[in-house]
Amino acid sequence: MLENLIINHYETAAVLLFGIGFTTLLLHQNLIKKIIGMNIMDTAVYLFLAAKGFVTGRLSPIVVNGVQDMEAYINPVPAGLVLTGIVVSVSVTALMLSLSLCLYRRYHSLDLDIILMRVKKEWR
Amino acid sequence: MPFVCNFPFFSIVLSMFCGIVSSVLSGKNAKKLSIGLLCVNLCLSASVLAYTLSSGESYVYMMGHFPAPWGNEIRAGVLEGVLASFFCVIMLLALVGGLRHIAQEIESGKQNLYFIMVDLLLASLLALIYTNDLFTAYVFVEINTIAACGMIMIRQTGRSYVAAARYMVMSLLGSGLFLISLSTLYGLTGQLLMTPAQGAVAALRASGQYMEPLTVTIALMTVGLAIKSGLYPFHSWMPETYGYSTASSSAILSSLVSKGYIILLIKIYYRVLGSESIMHGKIVNLLFVFGLAGMIMGSISAIRESDIRRMIAFSSVAQIGYIYMGLGLGTEAGVIASLFHILSHAASKGLLFISATGLSDVSGGSKRFKDLRGAGYRNPMAAAGFTVGAMSMVGLPLFAGFISKLLFATAGVQDPTKMLPTLICLAVSTVLNTVYFLRTVLTIFTPVDADAASKAKARQITRGFSLKLSVLCFIVLNLVLGLFSDPIVEALQSGLHMFS
Repeated sequence: MLENLIINHYETAAVLLFGIGFTTLLLHQNLIKKIIGMNIMDTAVYLFLAAKGFVTGRLSPIVVNGVQDMEAYINPVPAGLVLTGIVVSVSVTALMLSLSLCLYRRYHSLDLDIILMRVKKEWR
Repeated sequence: MPFVCNFPFFSIVLSMFCGIVSSVLSGKNAKKLSIGLLCVNLCLSASVLAYTLSSGESYVYMMGHFPAPWGNEIRAGVLEGVLASFFCVIMLLALVGGLRHIAQEIESGKQNLYFIMVDLLLASLLALIYTNDLFTAYVFVEINTIAACGMIMIRQTGRSYVAAARYMVMSLLGSGLFLISLSTLYGLTGQLLMTPAQGAVAALRASGQYMEPLTVTIALMTVGLAIKSGLYPFHSWMPETYGYSTASSSAILSSLVSKGYIILLIKIYYRVLGSESIMHGKIVNLLFVFGLAGMIMGSISAIRESDIRRMIAFSSVAQIGYIYMGLGLGTEAGVIASLFHILSHAASKGLLFISATGLSDVSGGSKRFKDLRGAGYRNPMAAAGFTVGAMSMVGLPLFAGFISKLLFATAGVQDPTKMLPTLICLAVSTVLNTVYFLRTVLTIFTPVDADAASKAKARQITRGFSLKLSVLCFIVLNLVLGLFSDPIVEALQSGLHMFS
């Protein structure tokens, strides 16, 4: 068990980071910390994908001197997925930040509990 | 390949293109463009449906020039055709019904942004229905979430900002889980297209290798999509989101957006993970239990509400519970009942949200029950719509809800262990539904004295022709689903067979 975890240390780290990000996003009341948590969570997935695609001793899949054997290159698909994922997470981060900005301007707090309390008071 | 095979691709790209064009248009023109787009998409999806019905089989459409394991694919069959056409109809009606409110509640100059969101939402829903690629599905899930969040927060009130923030947090948790499950699935199978991935999963199961990672993947994927669609313990964002956004947004979000994820889940079960092993596995039991809990708890929370929009939102929690309960039965009949309930719930919930708005318009804009008293006499069309929607949700014959409850009950009887809980919860939930919907219908038809009526009338917000038209169409749609359900159920059945 432990041996497997050490051999696949990239994946282990990715899953740990995912857990940290997930709990931060879920449990923290501060909106900025929630956004940080979300970014940690997404980055952990990219680490996982990148680790899955890499094979030690092979080249990056850029053809320089004619196509070599398929075995000479690492798998380029996960890199493509990571790029797409980064685009998605950047846009989501931007949206969340703008939402936090709107809430902060109106309620002068980033704490979701305090904001909720002030909203309820305002709408009573 | 006949020309009609291109239509799914056209409808997705057309919607995205219209979204981009809307960003430089005025609010009025963007509105016209969106409505036109929905009509065109309806025609395109209906012709895909007609083509697949006549040919009797699904087809795969290659995107670009790369064949199966590398390129991207779209797949269309009868089920996809039915869902896409139906979603276009519901979205069109929900949008038309809320046009006046969009004009009132959204800052002028920003109204074209709302229609950008509508176009992008349509594109992502269609893509979720049609796509045959897992990672494309993830990307469109995120586009769907962002567009939905935009539709909530565009009202620019404190309540809607908070609702959007809570919605985003829950949705991001869901998409995070979905993304990591896709990554592990890719690690296990090495495939992203659904068809080869299905083969790889079947080979894994046959060899008995990597069974634990596969189980974890299935669990993560199910939980992720369940969070996003608002299954019972993850429903906390629903009342806020549906209660405080503009009328069209509530109708579209509750009837379509959460359903898109359920359809994706069914699709992944059938097209990737293998319907046989999923349906006999343990995960469906989990969905079954949480579905039942949602049916009861959603209705109980709805009874306690004093705000009509929030009450309808809690009723949505219960209806999502029904859909997952049907999936959890683990039989084909259960899945068909769920699919039919997706249609019937969309038809009735859209109607309820739109007509509830019509009722609060004639009660000085208030959503409280005490102010809504007698609203039925002030806006008869909205009251008729609300009554029909309520009867459909309760499950009276003639209406769509009756057929779905009938399908759930007949599907439940097939499984000896799950029969009793299913029937009991259906009965209890129906009684609870009746309690709160009957109370509302009685409230809106309680006569008030002339003085109060004239006071409410003086404060009324102008009511529009578009709302009446939309309510009328929704009523007709409910009756069609209720009276002519046989061909629709047959179409769903043949579509589901094409899936696997």
